[in-house]
Amino acid sequence: MTKPLEVEGLGYDLPGRGKGERRKSRSLVRDVSFTVGAGETLVLLGRSGSGKTTTLKLINRLLEPTSGEVRVAGERAADLPVTRLRRRIGYVIQEVGLFPHFTVERNVGLVPRLEAWPPARIATRVRELLALVGLDPDTFAGRYPHELSGGQRQRVGVARALAADPPLLLLDEPFGALDPITRVELQREFAALEGRLGKGMVFVTHDVREGLLLGSRIGLMLQGRLTFLGTPDEFRRSDNPECRAFMAAA
Amino acid sequence: MNLWHFYSRNSQEVLGLVGQHLYLVAISTGAAIVIGVPLGVLLTRRPAWRGPVLGMANVFQTVPSLALFGFLIPLPFIGGIGARTAIVALVLYALLPIVRNTYEGVAGVDPAVREAGRGMGMTDWQLLTQVELPLGFGVILAGVRVATVVSVGTATIAAAIGAGGLGVYIFRGVAVVDDTLILAGALPAALMALAADGLLGVAERRFAWRAR
Repeated sequence: MTKPLEVEGLGYDLPGRGKGERRKSRSLVRDVSFTVGAGETLVLLGRSGSGKTTTLKLINRLLEPTSGEVRVAGERAADLPVTRLRRRIGYVIQEVGLFPHFTVERNVGLVPRLEAWPPARIATRVRELLALVGLDPDTFAGRYPHELSGGQRQRVGVARALAADPPLLLLDEPFGALDPITRVELQREFAALEGRLGKGMVFVTHDVREGLLLGSRIGLMLQGRLTFLGTPDEFRRSDNPECRAFMAAA
Repeated sequence: MNLWHFYSRNSQEVLGLVGQHLYLVAISTGAAIVIGVPLGVLLTRRPAWRGPVLGMANVFQTVPSLALFGFLIPLPFIGGIGARTAIVALVLYALLPIVRNTYEGVAGVDPAVREAGRGMGMTDWQLLTQVELPLGFGVILAGVRVATVVSVGTATIAAAIGAGGLGVYIFRGVAVVDDTLILAGALPAALMALAADGLLGVAERRFAWRAR
């Protein structure tokens, strides 16, 4: 059985701006390796600028890796046309990025429509997904994003990412912009959802409590490298100084 | 002789000039849209070209219109006396607001929306046609509105190089110092500008997604 995601020796260097030999490239991500199995959530934890979001974007090739390899459901990401690759990967970002001129229904049905599913099948799928993320389809399908609360918007964002039933989901601080109460509510629901979906997930956050709640494993990033990789329990007990710094903040 | 008198006596000629004027404005604005919108989109894809292209469009805008008409006359193919030269000049004037607003409308789309679209596997063309252009449409339309209103005014000067339009009355009125004659050309031109402004303004508000 192939894993939703395998990452090997992933690296990303930013080309330097100088001229000639003095030109130095800056490494944003170095030698990152991990795998994510079905039903597993890998939380990438780290401070701002530690390379966790960059790692995420290297997986769906919003940034092109300068070294290493990514395999999604067994296929080399570099070999797939970039749009095909991305349609197999659900992507959720903090700002949600719903299309303001599309109804909730059209937003959620975006990838299926790009993949030319028959309209009836899209409609069924959209209703199914809205129900899954706790939004009543009859109430919400026809609304526009500006008619939704922040929490509702992110629910739609998650539904949209799941639409074409991708084996892998990438989430970049999806609950980071929500008020504390809504955030806890969505975290709890998401924790319950993870097991049911059976997908591989990579979840980026800087909130250690969120990471411990939602992750089946924690990958801790520091200056572009994975400095720790293990279960939440191992994370709690680790004497890695960066782990301890995060535990102290929890 | 008052204005209404003049209009009732010369109704055929007036309608003809209004028609010519509308023709000059419609053709030139249409051509400016056809050239300017793709150009504006191109600038969002090639940011390095933004400075030179907008700079050049800016230069056209700053040349006094009468002088621009004059400069174009000796040029082969596009020059000469008549409507063709006038249309070329009007296109050059209309280009700047349309290119600039297209660039701004498309570039102004929320980066998160663009990232989400790309991240979900939209091609650049899909992103442009389904997201960026619809969301930027209000801003692009604002540029078209400015271009149209300016064209209506500038087209009056086209009469100086034999392109016809309502400027014919204005120039004739200036030459013989006849206020009624000047007004006979200026009033319909002003109404035309107001109408274009109003109609396109309504359309613009209808498509202002970002304000919501």
